[in-house]
Amino acid sequence: MSMFLVFIQKAISQGISILLGANGEIITEKSGNLNLGIPGIMYIGGVSGLVGAFFYENAVSSPVPLVGFIIALICSLLCASLAALLFSFLTITLRANQNVVGLALTTFGIGFGNFFGGSISKMAGGVGQVSVSVTASAFQKSIPGLSNIPVVGTLFFSYGFLTYLSIVLVFVTAFILNKTRLGLNLRAVGENPATADAAGINVGQYKYFATIIGGAIAGLGGLYFVMEYLGGTWINNGFGERGWLAIAVVIFALWDTRKACLGALLFGALSILYMYLPGLGRSTQELFKMLQYIVTIVILVVTSMRKNREDQPPESLGLAYFREDR
Amino acid sequence: MDSNNVIELRGITKRFGAVTANEDVDLTVKEHEILSILGENGSGKTTLMNILSGIYRPDEGEIIVKGTPVTIHSPKDALALNIGMVHQHYTLVNVFTAAENIVLGLEGKQVLDMPQILKTIRNITDSYGFELDLNQKIYDMSVSQKQTVEIVKALYRGADVLILDEPTAVLTPQETQKLFTVLRNMKEAGKSIIIITHKLNEVLTISDRVAVLRKGKNAGTLATKESTVQLLAENMVGEKVSLDIKRDEPTNQKLKLKVDDLNYITPDGHKMLDHVSFEANSGEMLGVAGISGSGMKELLEAIAGIQTVESGVVHYYKDDDNEYTLTGMDPSQIRKLGVALSFVPEDRLGMGLVGSMGMTDNVMLRSYQKGKTPFVDRDSPKERSEKLIELLEISTPGTETPVRRLSGGNVQKVLVGREISSRPEVLLVAYPVRGLDIHSSYNIYNLLNEQKKRGVAVICVIEDLDVLLELCDRIIVMNNGRITGERDAKETTKDEIGMLMTSSGEMQSSTGKGL
Repeated sequence: MSMFLVFIQKAISQGISILLGANGEIITEKSGNLNLGIPGIMYIGGVSGLVGAFFYENAVSSPVPLVGFIIALICSLLCASLAALLFSFLTITLRANQNVVGLALTTFGIGFGNFFGGSISKMAGGVGQVSVSVTASAFQKSIPGLSNIPVVGTLFFSYGFLTYLSIVLVFVTAFILNKTRLGLNLRAVGENPATADAAGINVGQYKYFATIIGGAIAGLGGLYFVMEYLGGTWINNGFGERGWLAIAVVIFALWDTRKACLGALLFGALSILYMYLPGLGRSTQELFKMLQYIVTIVILVVTSMRKNREDQPPESLGLAYFREDR
Repeated sequence: MDSNNVIELRGITKRFGAVTANEDVDLTVKEHEILSILGENGSGKTTLMNILSGIYRPDEGEIIVKGTPVTIHSPKDALALNIGMVHQHYTLVNVFTAAENIVLGLEGKQVLDMPQILKTIRNITDSYGFELDLNQKIYDMSVSQKQTVEIVKALYRGADVLILDEPTAVLTPQETQKLFTVLRNMKEAGKSIIIITHKLNEVLTISDRVAVLRKGKNAGTLATKESTVQLLAENMVGEKVSLDIKRDEPTNQKLKLKVDDLNYITPDGHKMLDHVSFEANSGEMLGVAGISGSGMKELLEAIAGIQTVESGVVHYYKDDDNEYTLTGMDPSQIRKLGVALSFVPEDRLGMGLVGSMGMTDNVMLRSYQKGKTPFVDRDSPKERSEKLIELLEISTPGTETPVRRLSGGNVQKVLVGREISSRPEVLLVAYPVRGLDIHSSYNIYNLLNEQKKRGVAVICVIEDLDVLLELCDRIIVMNNGRITGERDAKETTKDEIGMLMTSSGEMQSSTGKGL
C-alpha cells in the first residue's frame, strides 16, 4: 500500500513538468501556432532560473529563500518569454515556417541549457556540484500541517508551490478558453484567422500574446524540474524528453488542459513504472522505459483515426496568416 | 436632396493597377427598400459594395451616409455606420456554434453570459422570422443555414443597411423563397437591403429598384415595376441579347454510359455516392442538379477515373461497338477511350489548368504523351490553342501568356475548349459557365449543343436551374450522394427539381455511420 502511495506521489511529480509544458503548448496552439520549440524553451526556463538563483546565493552570505525563489521565478519567466517572443517574431511577423523555427529553437534551447548549466557547474567546482539548496528549499516547501496527515497528506499536500500553480493554471486556462471573450477570440484566431480578422480581432496581437504566455508557462515546467524535482542542481540533458512528451500530451488531451492533467499523470507514471515493478532485470527495465514512447505512438495512431469534428486540432494550426490586402 | 436617402455614393472610381473596376459610379440607397445591383461578372458590383463596406478605399468620389460625408477605412468603420455586408464566402468558424460566431470579436463583459446573449439574438431572429438553432455548430449546417448565421451576425452588430453578395447562388429555389420572405420582413422594419446579383428573375421578384452596372459604370437605375427581363438584360450587356437557349431534339440516341450502383464514402465518413445508377445516351444532354456538395463532383470524377469508388461499375459503350468497364482504369486510359472531363472549380485554376503556363502548354498537358520521339510536339497544341482563341473569342495577348493572367471567363473557355477539342464521345462538364458573362455563357451553351449534335453524350452539372431546364434533355437530381429523381427537362418545373434537391428519397442517408 505504502509502495503504491509512493508510486503515485512520484508519478505526480514526474508529470508536473509535462503538464506545464502541455498547458503552455495548448495555449500556443489555440492561437494556431505550432510551437515545437517548447522542449527547448523548457530547458531555457529551467536553466535561467537556476543561474539566477546561483548568482544570488553566491553573492550574499546568508541568502533568503523567498528572495531566491522570486529571482529564480522571474529569470525563468523572462527568458522563456524571450525565447517564445523570438519564435513569435519569426513565425508571425516574418511568417517563417513554424516547424523549422520550432525545431531550431528546441536544438538551441537544449544547447543553451547545457552550456549555462555546465558552466555554472564548472564554476561551482565540477559536474553535479552546483547547488542552490536555499532557493530550492523554497520551491520544495510543502503546505505545513496538511502534509503531515497520513495518506491524504502524502498524496495531495506534499508538493511545492509550482505543483499547485500548475493545477490552478489548468483550470484558469480552461475557464479563459471556454467561458470568456478573450478565449473565444483566441480560439477563432487559431481556427480561422481570416474570420477573426473580419470580426475585428487583431490576429497578430493574439498570436503573440498566446505564444509568449504559453512559452512562459512551459518554461515553468523546466524550472519545476530543476528546483522542485532535482532540488536545485543541474545534470546535462537531465530534463530528457519531457518537452516532447508534453507535446504528445497536447494531442492526447485533445487541446483540453483538464484532460492534459490525466495525460501528464499517465506519462509520469509510465516513466517510473520500471522502478516499482518487482523482479525486473536490467534488460527488461529498458523495455519498460520504452512504455511512454510506445504509448505516444499509439496515441498518435488512435487520434489520427478520429473522425469527430470536435476532436480536431485548431484548423489553421501551423499556418502563417496572410492578410490579403490589395 | 432626398431626405430618406440613407446612403449616397457620388462619382466613385476605383482602380486596381491598370484595371478600372468602378468609374464615376453614383448610387443611392433609400430606407425601406430592397435595391438590386445588377451586372455581369467583372462589372464591378462587388468592388463597389466592398468600397461601401470598408474593404477597399475609393480612389475618387465620396460616400454620404445619412447626409454626412464619411470615410470608411475598415469593415469595423462600416458597421459603426450601421452598414453590414454578407460576402459570398462566409466568414464563420466551423467548430463554433451559431451564437459564438455571432458574438465573435465584439466588446462586452469579459466573461460570456450565454443565456443573455442567446436572448438578444433570439429577439432578432424572431422579429424577422429567421429559422436558426443558435446552439448548432457551423460544420453541421447547410449552406443556407450558414447564410442565415451571417445575416443575423450583421444584424446583431447593428446593421441597418445590409449588403448581400450573390445570396442565392448556392440556395435551392425553396431556400431562396425563404430568404426573400425574411428580407421583405426586414424591409418592412425599416432596413435597407442591397442585393448583388446577376440573376434577372430574382431582381424582378425581390427588389424595388435596380441599379445596373456595365463595365464598372452606371448603366441606369430602374424601378422594378417598370422593367422586364429583356430590358434588364439589354441594360446589363449594352446591346440586344437573345435569352433563349436552343435545344434540338436528341437524335440517334444510343446507350453510351451505364453507371451501375456506385458507392463512395469519404475518409471522414460521408457517403458522397450512395447507390448511384443511371444511363447516358449519345446525342443527348443529361443535366445533373443538386446543391453543391451533394456528390455531383464525385460522380463525374468517378466516371473519369479520378475518384476510386467502394463498389459499383461504369459501363462504356464505344462507337466501335466495344464495351468497356471504366471502373478500375486509370484516368489517362479512360481519356484515351474518349471520355473527357472538364471541371471548372470555384477558383477556376485549382483543377485542370496550370496557372503559370501558357495556353499551348496547358493544351499540351493532354497530348504530351503522344508522339514517338522523346521530344514533345509543340506545334499542334499551339495550332489548337490558336483555333480555340478564334472560336471562343478568348481575349489573350497570345498563346504563351500564362493563363493565370487571363480573366476568369477566358480561363474557363480554355478549360472547356481544350476538352471539347479532344473530340470526346462522352463529355463531362461541371460548372462550365461559372462566373461567365451572358455572351460567353451562350457561347459555351452553343458549344455543348454542337457536341450533342455530333453524337456526344454530354453530362453537365450547372448551378443555374433555369439554364439547366432550358439546355438539357433529361435531368437527374442528387442529394446527399443519392439520386433522388430523374425528370424530363421539358416537362418538369424548377420547383419540382428544387424539391428533389432537398428530399432524401426513400431512405435517409446514414451520414457518418458508414465506418
